[in-house]
Amino acid sequence: MKHNRRVVAAAAVGFLAFAAISACSSTKSGSDADAKFKIGLVTKTDTNPYFVSMRNSAQEAAKKYGVELISKAGTEDGDNDSQVTAIENLETAGIKALLIVPNDSKAIVPTLIEAQKKGIYVIALDTQTEGNKGVDATFATDNTQAGELQGKYVKAALGSKSPQLAMLDLQPGISVGDQRHSGFLKAMGLDDTSREIVGKQSTQGDQAKGQQAMENMLQKSPGINAVYSINEPAGIGGYQALKNAGKADQAILGSIDGGCSGVQAVKNGILAATVMQFPGKMASDGFKAAVDKVRNGKSIEVPASGYVNTGVQLITDKPIKGLESKDTTWGADNCWGGTS
Amino acid sequence: MAESAEAMGEEGLGIAETSGTRMATVADHIFRNPVLGPLGALAVAVVAFSLFTDNFLSLDNASLILQQSVVVGTLALGQTVIILTGGIDLANGAIMVLGTLIVAKMASESAGSQIGALLIGVILCGFLGLISGLLVAKLGLPSFIVTLGMLTILQATSRLYTKETVLVGDGPLTLLSKGGYFLGQFKVTFGVVLVLVSVGVLHFALTRTAWGRHVYAVGDSPVAAKRTGINVHRVLISVYILAGVLYGLAAWQAFGRSPATSPNGFPTANLDTITAVVIGGTSLFGGRGTVVGSYLGALIVLVLQSGLTQAGIDPLFQNIVTGILVISAVALDTVTRKRAR
Repeated sequence: MKHNRRVVAAAAVGFLAFAAISACSSTKSGSDADAKFKIGLVTKTDTNPYFVSMRNSAQEAAKKYGVELISKAGTEDGDNDSQVTAIENLETAGIKALLIVPNDSKAIVPTLIEAQKKGIYVIALDTQTEGNKGVDATFATDNTQAGELQGKYVKAALGSKSPQLAMLDLQPGISVGDQRHSGFLKAMGLDDTSREIVGKQSTQGDQAKGQQAMENMLQKSPGINAVYSINEPAGIGGYQALKNAGKADQAILGSIDGGCSGVQAVKNGILAATVMQFPGKMASDGFKAAVDKVRNGKSIEVPASGYVNTGVQLITDKPIKGLESKDTTWGADNCWGGTS
Repeated sequence: MAESAEAMGEEGLGIAETSGTRMATVADHIFRNPVLGPLGALAVAVVAFSLFTDNFLSLDNASLILQQSVVVGTLALGQTVIILTGGIDLANGAIMVLGTLIVAKMASESAGSQIGALLIGVILCGFLGLISGLLVAKLGLPSFIVTLGMLTILQATSRLYTKETVLVGDGPLTLLSKGGYFLGQFKVTFGVVLVLVSVGVLHFALTRTAWGRHVYAVGDSPVAAKRTGINVHRVLISVYILAGVLYGLAAWQAFGRSPATSPNGFPTANLDTITAVVIGGTSLFGGRGTVVGSYLGALIVLVLQSGLTQAGIDPLFQNIVTGILVISAVALDTVTRKRAR
C-alpha cells in the first residue's frame, strides 16, 4: 500500500506548493496605469457568428480607445455556470467594466450584483437580465419591434389573401422568442388562438429542425402561404421543406437576424424579407459607455424601456409601399458574420 | 487494483531492468503512480501562468480556483468510480440538474426544511443511480447506452418539471459558498472542504477496503472477478448508487456556487467530467486510476481557464489545449501500460 500513500503525499505537496508560491507573491499588483484599463466581454458561446461579430466590434473599439479587451464565452445557450466562472476569472484579471450577453437572464443576476459591489461597471448586450437587475445599462434589439416589422411585411405581401400561417419558433420560455412571436402576430392582426395559424413548432433556431418542423406542418396543412421564422437558419430550413414539396412559390417567408447568409438568402429569393439587428453596434456602443464611465465617471442615461434600443432594419429586394426598407446590397454591406 | 497495480508494476520493473532503457523506468514510475502525470501538468501550468501573467498567482485566485472546482470535481468522482468498473456515465449532469430543481422547489415551498430538501435531493440522485446500475448489472446493458437514455429522459423530465430558472434565497442551500475557514488570508469555503473530504474518503474506500479492491477487480475483468467469488452485480450496483449520491452532493455544491437553478444548466457536465477523469490518468478501459487524479484533472482545466483569461488569450485556445491534454493523457496511459507490461 506504499503506492497509495505516495499518491496522497504527492497531491498534498502539489497543493502546498501552489499555496506557498501564491503566498510569496500575493502583493504583485496589476495597476500600472488607469489609462490602459481592462474591459471584459462574455458572450453566450464563442462559435456563433453573431457573437463573433460582437467580439470583433469590441476589439475595434478597444483599439480605438486604447483599452485592453479580454473576451470569454459560455459553453452553451442556457448554461449559467460557465459564465459565472468566466466572470470570476475576469474579476481576477482586474477588469473595470464588464459587457455580458447573459445565457440565463435570471440565474446570472447574483453574480452580476457581486461584480457591481466590487466596483465593476456592468453592461448587458442583446439580452436583458430579469428586471434589469445587476446591470448599469443594456444595449439590445427591441425584439417585439423586430417581430412587428416581419409581421407587417408578410401581411402586406399577402395582400388580400387570407393567411395560412406556419410559425417556426425558438423554444418555449425564452423571452427573445416570445417577444418576436407576439410582435409578429400583433402586426398580422392575429393572436395565439387564431385559426389562421396552422402550426407552431420549436426549432431552436436550427436549420435542420426548421426543415423538419415545416415538413410536419405541410403534412397537416398543404396550403401554407405565410411563414414566420425566429431567425434565418430556421427560415431557410422551412424554405427547403417547401421546395422539396414543390411549394416554394406559394409561401411568403419572413425572418429576423441580418446574418450575412440570411441577407444572401433574401437576395436569392429564399426569404422574402428579413429584419436585421446590429450586434456589432451593441458591442461598440456598450464599449463606449463603459469607457465613458471608467475614464470620465459619466453614466449612460437608460430610457424608460430599461434598455438602449440599437435598432432594426427591414431588408428586402421587393419593397412594399409604406414600409421603409433597404435592399440586399445595403444588407450585404451591413450584415454580421461575413467573411471580412 | 492497488495490489494488482503493484504486482504488475513489479513485473514491469523486471522487464525494465533487463532491457535497461531509461524510458521503461520512467514509464514504470508513471504506471505505478498515475497521479504523477496530472500533477506534473498542473505544476507546469501553474508555474507558466505565474511567470507570464500578473494576476494569476495570488491567494485569492488559488482560493477561487478551488471554489470553481467543486461541482465538476464532485461529479468527476462519481464518473471515476463508474469508469473504474469499465463503464461510463453520460447522465451525471442531468441527474444533478434534476436534483437541484427538486431541491429548489421543495425548499421554496417550505423554507424551514431546506436541509431536509437537500437530503431528499441526495436520496433521489442515489435512486436514479440505482436505476442505471440495475440496468447495467442485471440486464447486462452497456453503460453508454443506459446513461445516454437516462440523459435524454432526465433532460426532458427536468424541462417538464419546470421551464423556468428558479432563484433560491439565502439559507442552508447556499451555505457551502458563504461559510468557510481562513488559513491566514487563504479562504477555504465549506464547499471546498466538502469536495476535499469527498476525495479523501473515496480514495480511502477505493484503496483500503475490500469493496475498493472489488471495484478495481471488476474493472480489470468481470469474468475473473466473478471466478474469485466477487459478487459482480452487487459491486456494479453499489458503484452506480454511490455515483448518484455523489451527484446529489454535486447538487449541493451547485447551489453553493450560484443560488439559482435551471433545466438548461450544466449542459456539458458529462463531457467535462470525462475530460477531468481522463486527464487525471484513469483508464477508460477500467480497472486503473485514482479519484485524486480526477480531481487534479478538474483543477487543471480550471487553471487553464483562469490563466488564459489573465493572459488575455482567445478562449478557443483553451479548448485546443484541453483537447491536447486529453489525447496526451490517453496516449500516456496506453504507452506506459505497454511498456510496463
